[in-house]
Amino acid sequence: MTPDDILVDVKGVAKHYGTGETRVDALRSVDLRVHAGEVIALLGPSGSGKTTLLNVIGCILAPTAGRVELDGDAVFDGKWLRSDLRRLRLDKIGFIFQAHNLLPFLTAEENVSVVLDLAGWPATQGRARARELLDYLEVGHRAKVKPALLSGGEAQRVAIARALANRPRIILADEPTAALDSGRAQLVMDLLRKLATEQKACIIAVTHDEKIFDRFDRLIHLRDGRLVEA
Amino acid sequence: MNLAIKDIRHGLFRFVLTCFGLGLLMTVVLAMIGIYNGLVADALAVVKAPAADVWVIEAGTQGPFAEASSIPADTRDAVARMPGVAEAGAITYQTMEATHAGRTLRLYVIGFEPGRPGGPQRIAEGRGLGTSHFELMADRKTGLVPGDTIRLGRDRFTVVGLVEDAMNSGGDPAVYVTLADAMALQTALDPAAARVQSARGDGGLRPPTVAAVIARLEPGAGVALLTATVRQWKHLSALSQVEQEQLLLASVVDRARRQIGLFLSILLTVSAVVIALIIYTMTMEKLKQIATLKLIGAPDRTIVGLIVQQALILGISGLGIGLVLILLVKDNFPRRVVLEPFNALVLTGIILVVCLAASGLGVRAALKVDPATALGG
Ligand SMILES: Nc1ncnc2c1ncn2[C@@H]1O[C@H](COP(=O)(O)OP(=O)(O)OP(=O)(O)O)[C@@H](O)[C@H]1O
Ligand SMILES: [Mg+2]
Repeated sequence: MTPDDILVDVKGVAKHYGTGETRVDALRSVDLRVHAGEVIALLGPSGSGKTTLLNVIGCILAPTAGRVELDGDAVFDGKWLRSDLRRLRLDKIGFIFQAHNLLPFLTAEENVSVVLDLAGWPATQGRARARELLDYLEVGHRAKVKPALLSGGEAQRVAIARALANRPRIILADEPTAALDSGRAQLVMDLLRKLATEQKACIIAVTHDEKIFDRFDRLIHLRDGRLVEA
Repeated sequence: MNLAIKDIRHGLFRFVLTCFGLGLLMTVVLAMIGIYNGLVADALAVVKAPAADVWVIEAGTQGPFAEASSIPADTRDAVARMPGVAEAGAITYQTMEATHAGRTLRLYVIGFEPGRPGGPQRIAEGRGLGTSHFELMADRKTGLVPGDTIRLGRDRFTVVGLVEDAMNSGGDPAVYVTLADAMALQTALDPAAARVQSARGDGGLRPPTVAAVIARLEPGAGVALLTATVRQWKHLSALSQVEQEQLLLASVVDRARRQIGLFLSILLTVSAVVIALIIYTMTMEKLKQIATLKLIGAPDRTIVGLIVQQALILGISGLGIGLVLILLVKDNFPRRVVLEPFNALVLTGIILVVCLAASGLGVRAALKVDPATALGG
């Protein structure tokens, strides 16, 4: 593996919320390197900082200290967070949220194609890509339905389709399979694996689902704001 | 993909309801503007009706519309003989009450000499006054129709024609009678004591009076020159048509105009606050979705577009509904409601500015929102 393959490089990252009495040290000192093609699981008890770490990698939260590089780009150099992160998120990062966060006024298909629309894809191509992804995730028949009418599992699969739409190279998933039955969970894992291989992407997924542990290249445990590799 | 329209269509019923409410508010604003214009137009109607160039009035007064003006009736001959005058006519104004078909009418009685300036410009129905006594032309708002008879003073008048938009600044509809009939009406209305006096025989000593004499000038004759000449006469004064109109607006309808004007500005302020609040709340309700959009990488321009487009759609629809409604109901108002395209244009400008300013507030909040608020887990 060459250094070029490093998609996520986190060094000495710390993050605390609040100050004084209410201070919570969510991350103390985290070092993490993820290569292209890797699918890794982030494990740990509730409140151990898994979501916080994903948000730091996803450029949503500024860490308090440390260094974050994504695909060779320094987004946090220990003091300053790069300011034009919006475009970087659009192009390089796909999020699958713990809560699905679909836009209520768009149909399932539009929720997926909006990302492509923002990235400048022509409308017809965007729609076709959205349909393809929804079909693959077996929610194609619900394409014209608004999120309010989708079941939890269907909404989650639409959200996954949205995260994958723009072929991002870094996919961050917070319990992506929690709302899915084990058959569909396997399917999603297959899809993520395929994506990682074909597009030289990396996947970091928070999960509690022991049935899919074997699908990951690495299992990483968070404990007291530090990483312990298993 | 237009997010603003998708979002509106998602909550269409509520959006339409909001537009309709705003539309009603805009109807009230437009009605107020129309009433304001109507007041001015009505007040000027009576001054504009005779299409005069110069008004000769009693010295030391502001003319027949502001206060009582009384000049000898034969002034007309003197004015008609002045150089530059094409034609002149004597005119009287008085307000009286009469009953017709069991209704009490307040009428503004205008006396003029048929064939001379002072009569209405256009007869909408029927004919003009003939030479015989006790004929009148009535404004359509009186409810009279040609052939009706109505008692004014001691005599019964026959309606021979109808005119439109003739009324005094108080909104009382006008009736036109001959100068001779009008002067007879005036004496009939004089206090009883005066009538007794004139019956004793000294009435002949008081020359008949009229309210004003109006003159139309020959092409090329100077208004200023004529008014200056008239002013040299001891008991007379003169106003140009423009001065007469300005005087009327400044003295007679000024307070009513300011009253409505003030009310109009309060209404506009209220509308602005309401629009601002609606737009701000609309944005606040969407903050979580805006955070999601930011999270998936939407640029600021997308978010600003969403808010501003919705604000403009709301403002324009509200204004459109208001315009349609006011056009539907404006003829049912007891007084004239006059709306010029210019008014609608200015109001559109104001609404657009208010919408943009209000969306500015929403945009500020939306741009500040942290994408992390979309995560909630
Ligand atoms: N915005 C915040 N303000 C203050 N404290 C926070 C905030 N977000 C998280 N925390 C705290 O930071 C710690 C780590 O939270 P985090 O959400 O990363 O946990 P997690 O591992 O994702 O938990 P779970 O498995 O329950 O989702 C927790 O103690 C949490 O209470
Ligand atoms: Mg979490």
